[in-house]
Amino acid sequence: MIYYDRVSKIYADNSIALEDVSFSVEPGEFVSVVGHSGAGKTTLVKMLLAEERPTTGSVFFESINVHEIPLNKMGDLRRKIGTVFQDFRLLPNKTAYENIAFAMEAAGRPEEEIRSDVPHVLELVDLGDKINNFPDELSGGEQQRVAIARAIVNQPDVIVADEPTGNLDPVNTFEVVQILKKINDLGTTIILTTHNKGVIDSLKKRVITMDRGKVIRDDKEGKYIL
Amino acid sequence: MKWLTTKRILRAGVLDFSRNAFVSFASILVMTVTLFTVGVTLFAGVILNSALIELRDKADVNVYFTTNAPEEQILQMKTSLEALPEVAQVEYLSRDEALAQFRERHKNDQLTLSALDELSDNPLGAVLNVKAKDLSQYEAIAAFLQDQQAASTGGASIIDKINFFDEQHRAALDRLESITASAQRLGLIVVILLIVTTLAISFNTLRLAIYTSRDEIQVMRLVGAGAFYIRAPFMVEGVLYGLIAGIVTLLLFYPLTWWLGGVTGNFFGGVNIFSYYLSNFLYFFLIIIGTGVLLGAIASFLAVRRYLKI
Repeated sequence: MIYYDRVSKIYADNSIALEDVSFSVEPGEFVSVVGHSGAGKTTLVKMLLAEERPTTGSVFFESINVHEIPLNKMGDLRRKIGTVFQDFRLLPNKTAYENIAFAMEAAGRPEEEIRSDVPHVLELVDLGDKINNFPDELSGGEQQRVAIARAIVNQPDVIVADEPTGNLDPVNTFEVVQILKKINDLGTTIILTTHNKGVIDSLKKRVITMDRGKVIRDDKEGKYIL
Repeated sequence: MKWLTTKRILRAGVLDFSRNAFVSFASILVMTVTLFTVGVTLFAGVILNSALIELRDKADVNVYFTTNAPEEQILQMKTSLEALPEVAQVEYLSRDEALAQFRERHKNDQLTLSALDELSDNPLGAVLNVKAKDLSQYEAIAAFLQDQQAASTGGASIIDKINFFDEQHRAALDRLESITASAQRLGLIVVILLIVTTLAISFNTLRLAIYTSRDEIQVMRLVGAGAFYIRAPFMVEGVLYGLIAGIVTLLLFYPLTWWLGGVTGNFFGGVNIFSYYLSNFLYFFLIIIGTGVLLGAIASFLAVRRYLKI
């Protein structure tokens, strides 16, 4: 489903972010990418969203090279991939409801569907009572749950979560990971980057370990070993 | 474009406009200044033009006839002058009228009047006062008169003097011509400079307003929104700024021109800018509102573009 083919990213100042990275992800998998800060986890994720271009190599999503998609067709790809970021990245001038509705509107979904799905998905992340709050009226954990709701509302094939627990306390971290697990159980592929040992060890899923831009381990039922 | 998308874009634009109230307020303020400048230059152009027309209208050429020139020949010359395309107006002043005018002008000068009374006959000849359509055409008219003089009578000319050939009169005409021409040129340069500057300031303000939203634009992009769907609400916002700033400007001009109307009317002669504003309101409406709306839309369109490149 997702295939990284010998991907390297070298910046203009010759610093290496990724070096000869190859791996594939099957549908329904839950893959964690671990490594120290600067190991290349975020760059890896940005490649899949075509937010960054590889220096050499290619990234395929459902057999399509994502870096050959023209800019005006990029929306189609990105709507198949739900994204969650460490810093939540909600639209500050929109309420929780509108943030999620925006993703649906961008996908051209009809109004009735939005009116029924948004409350439902907010219920799912346990935020039914915060539907009309603006992001700055929500705690970090709540904001991240809104972001997850936004990521799943269009029923994407993959959820990419880049350090989603990086800014959260242990309780919220646990909740966010539980939500991701639940989504995975329903059949959605998940790619999670993190440097949280506790999260990885409790998941008991596939772990790709990175160090200085290279994949150094790829374990079927891995632990956090660095 | 589908009605649903249009509705969503309009709603998003209006919501952003009201939720970013302070940014909206600041942008409208700057745009109002811009549109006000545009309006003021329009008015200044009107005032300058009417003042220049008034000034140019003061120029003329007088043809003085000899005292014994037969009236019918003078009238004949008047007719042929009026036939010239360059001539706007010819006024005939008979000998008696010229004398009456002379007496009127010197009514406080007893010495001159008594000297005039000493004369047995009216010493003044008849006069044709010629106004050209344009300052530059006096030369041609004077040449025409000179030809007439040479051809028609063959020696005994009825024309005593044409004041165009007076050094002083001619110099005054030339100077009037160059002053009005350079005033118009200077006016145009000032207008262009002012308008370009103030448009640039407005443009930059909108760019800064959108700069504050650059992260949002990226998020929208990553959530899978198309470029148009992201950009259009910003353009709606820009158009709203322009529309409101335009209405504020038009409202401001109402008391302002009313207040200035009397003053400028007396000072520059001719136009009262208040009545000019009212009678040309549609023209002002289209220019001011049109400038505002276009400026808002184009500036937003361009400002968003740079953040859409991912």
